[in-house]
Amino acid sequence: MSIDLIIGLTKAFLILGLLLTNTILLIWLERKLVAGMQSRVGPDRAGPFGILQTVADAVKLLLKEQILPLKADRAMYLLAPILALVPSFLIFMIIPLGPSFDIEIQGENVTVDLVGANINVGVLFFLALSSIAVYSVVLAGWSSGSKYPLLGGVRASAQMISYEAAMGLALVPVILYSGSMSMTDIVQSQSGFLSSPIPLLDSIVGFIPKWNIFPQFVAFAIFFVASVAEVNRAPFDLVEAEQELVGGFHTEYSGFRFAMFFLAEYINMFNMCAITATFFLGGWLGPTFSGFLPPIISAFMPAVWLGIKTFSLLFIYVWIRATLPRLRYDQLMELGWKRLIPISLIWLILSSIVLGVREFGLPWS
Amino acid sequence: MLDIVLFAVPASLVILGALIVIFAKNPVHNSMGLVLTLASLAVIYITLNATFVAMVQILVYAGAVMTLFLFVIMMIGVDKPEQTREEIKGQTLLVSGTLFILIGIISYVVINSGFKWDLWFPPVDYSLEGTPNIIAGTLFTEWVLPFEVISLLLIVATAAALALAYDTKPGKKK
Repeated sequence: MSIDLIIGLTKAFLILGLLLTNTILLIWLERKLVAGMQSRVGPDRAGPFGILQTVADAVKLLLKEQILPLKADRAMYLLAPILALVPSFLIFMIIPLGPSFDIEIQGENVTVDLVGANINVGVLFFLALSSIAVYSVVLAGWSSGSKYPLLGGVRASAQMISYEAAMGLALVPVILYSGSMSMTDIVQSQSGFLSSPIPLLDSIVGFIPKWNIFPQFVAFAIFFVASVAEVNRAPFDLVEAEQELVGGFHTEYSGFRFAMFFLAEYINMFNMCAITATFFLGGWLGPTFSGFLPPIISAFMPAVWLGIKTFSLLFIYVWIRATLPRLRYDQLMELGWKRLIPISLIWLILSSIVLGVREFGLPWS
Repeated sequence: MLDIVLFAVPASLVILGALIVIFAKNPVHNSMGLVLTLASLAVIYITLNATFVAMVQILVYAGAVMTLFLFVIMMIGVDKPEQTREEIKGQTLLVSGTLFILIGIISYVVINSGFKWDLWFPPVDYSLEGTPNIIAGTLFTEWVLPFEVISLLLIVATAAALALAYDTKPGKKK
């Protein structure tokens, strides 16, 4: 076997393990945080602080009976959970976890990129896979052969198509600023500090890192709102609104297939936060303290920084869920089509003008 | 060897998807067959080192267009088996006959033109990096007029569809 293949397989297994164990942590964290915000205790029986509660739930779901509804469309009903899970794992592949480094294997120097796949159209890969993920919800809703899942599926397709447009448009200024669609290049373009042609301003902004969130704050706001809607989290969880639709698209699913939807939802949430951190918060960039810390620890600092940024965003997701009530369906569509998309178009034009002036000078000078 | 596998697997999936589109009775199954065809085509593009085209293929066709197809099928509830009764007498015979004549004419032209094709693709130039840059370069210099004309055409089509859907003549009820 070639060394490239071994490195690739190692990366794949590490990412698989990371995403699976991380989901266990994430579900526990969300339940604890929401409980804290609502003055409850939350899970506290299984393990210290109830941290093993998710493991218990997973085992319970694995042992439960899997029901196939009588009116279900068999092939599509079985395909839908797979279509939910596969894109969610694949999206994590393009997130860079740190700078590339050289190691020696069997006397050969090998450069290892700390990213699953460094493709030059990473942004499009992310958008393409999140549009494939819509199918799982639509097919699950339709194939269950039942009214509530169908309503959930129709709602989901409308919502996800609408907010995908806003999300893609919010990413265009970021691509323009970075000059590349590769995730690794987008992270690299955010290193260093802000600068300004005005000397007085330069001494003030010179301490702020050159993350995209500062010049592109409007794009960040649009992307963040759209990403919450894209992963169907509260306040955009009309897809599975319990009070109206019982459980939405996954009402008829039970046992392990339900667990697959659940898993995909949390992995998608984690991916979305990691991608937001990569696009707007500088990804793995951050001080590595290579002078103070032993080299083996400072080598892991980039991944730690990405983790800190991702979990801060996840905390905001949970915070929003515990705070805001659900939007009405017409409000959801209005926010998407009448606010987010026009604002992102205007912002795209503004930032292209600024970039053009910076690159080529004023048109009349 | 790897080249052949990388071509044969997606190519057979393309054909399988196309067969599902033709032979499946349920519209939802048909559209999922089309999704399979479009996604497998994207895999072939990737093996040809055209990652940008592959991603756009998935994003636009498999992602947006087919989701809208499914949405419409579910919204207006035509997800029942299609009826196979002939509306016009002898239409199957007529259509397949015309199609065979057309295929015959095309084959005749191709065979007599001295056109030769290789069984596999020509060797791919893997040194070309950054396909979006190349595509954008040619699109906005060499092909800028056709590009703009197509965008105009799409706008006109959208406007026409809106005008047909929202007929707001007074005294006319929807």
